[in-house]
Amino acid sequence: MIALFYIAAIIAVIATVAVILQTNIVHGLLYLILSLLAVAVIFYVLGAPFAAVLEAIVYAGAIMVLFLFVIMMLNLGQHTRDQERKWLTPRGWIAPSIMSAILLGQLVNVMRQIDYDIVPAQVGVMEVSALLFGPYVLAVELASILLLAGLVAAYHLAKTK
Amino acid sequence: MSLEIGSPLTIGLILLVVIGTAAMLITVERRLLGFWQERLGPNRVGWFGSLQVVADMIKIFTKEDWIPPFADKFSFVIAPGIIMSAVLLSFAVIPFAPDIGVIDSNIGVLFVLAMASLGAYSVMLGGLSSDNKYALLGSLRAAAQMVSYEVFMGISLLGVVALTGSFNMREIVEAQTDGWYIIPQFIGFVIFLIAGVAESHRLPFDIPEAEQEICAGYHTEYSGMKFGMFFVAEYIGLVLISSLITVLFFGGWLGPSFLPPIIWFFVKASAFIGFFILMRAAVPRPRYDQLMSYGWLFLLPLSLVNLLVTGVIILSTQ
Repeated sequence: MIALFYIAAIIAVIATVAVILQTNIVHGLLYLILSLLAVAVIFYVLGAPFAAVLEAIVYAGAIMVLFLFVIMMLNLGQHTRDQERKWLTPRGWIAPSIMSAILLGQLVNVMRQIDYDIVPAQVGVMEVSALLFGPYVLAVELASILLLAGLVAAYHLAKTK
Repeated sequence: MSLEIGSPLTIGLILLVVIGTAAMLITVERRLLGFWQERLGPNRVGWFGSLQVVADMIKIFTKEDWIPPFADKFSFVIAPGIIMSAVLLSFAVIPFAPDIGVIDSNIGVLFVLAMASLGAYSVMLGGLSSDNKYALLGSLRAAAQMVSYEVFMGISLLGVVALTGSFNMREIVEAQTDGWYIIPQFIGFVIFLIAGVAESHRLPFDIPEAEQEICAGYHTEYSGMKFGMFFVAEYIGLVLISSLITVLFFGGWLGPSFLPPIIWFFVKASAFIGFFILMRAAVPRPRYDQLMSYGWLFLLPLSLVNLLVTGVIILSTQ
């Protein structure tokens, strides 16, 4: 199981780096999907199968499909690829790299203090649902109201006069 | 090696049977369509045309596999592989009989839905990378259709899941010992059936590849075995939807004991495969906007009401 975790983690990191470096937007999107699926595998290995499969359905399966749908509509070609290449200059890397390095250092420092030898407990569908509709029911309702607002806004924008 | 859940022999046999059935369906479908439309269909090769599938296979394997120079090669090549792996992986959670299956998973139903939504990429990438107007139109239609019908497909299954209290397909089958879910969940069954056809984009919902309007839709530029993979994956999808209906609404392997469980499964699944082929012969294709408004304005409210009523009944009988 721990080997699965490391394989999925390495794939996730490589795929995420590839998302940033890729100048072809469709390929970048494919790497992003791969990265999300790798994260789903990590969830599964850590004992959260429900979260894993929701990650695959909602993020990799639904949201990314809409991204691809928009890309198909935009009719991007060689000129966007050239533009991407122009934007990815070495000078543009400096500031984000320094900031990310500081964050990474902090993260490693924090992780060193954690006793990482934890045997993950299985969190099934029942446990997640009991929490969602028990102590967190208010948050769930608020999130659904937010989605409803988005739905109404989309309806208003798409409505033909 | 023995026949038990997850042994290499079982997995190999399941793969062989699923792909074999899908390949045979190419001939069976043409023969059945011929029968229903009062013509003969392919009956020259072998006994009643049974070797037609071999001839088709030889043809498709020896054809030139051409990648258009203007296509995006990376996406073009992986697109048929995605749909093939997505539909085949879905069979991992299908319980064929008490001791035959690949895995016994607590998230079985969700896993199938996840694989169905990943399958949508294949059609979209195939059309997008072909750099062809017809292919792009086809994959735009496919994307809208598959994303929409996934929603009702998921919601229509929740009634079954709520009645069982589990996403595990084996538990769903065992919970139907006293009566199949087709009776309490008839509306869910009808919605799942329609969404299933739309999801595997077969006639009458083959709008993404409607050949009279947009050539062959998303696989216009595909040839040889890459086209063959799209083609076979469609039949595997048909077998998958039939197996899912059998498991979720018709008691899976359950049946009177004069036949072994696996035979009951095959009998029920074959009946649904036949029904889908009959639908292809009998129902005309709707228009694209009709398909969309039918889904969002009729099937979505209906599936929500079905779920609500099921929930009320479960809570009031407890």
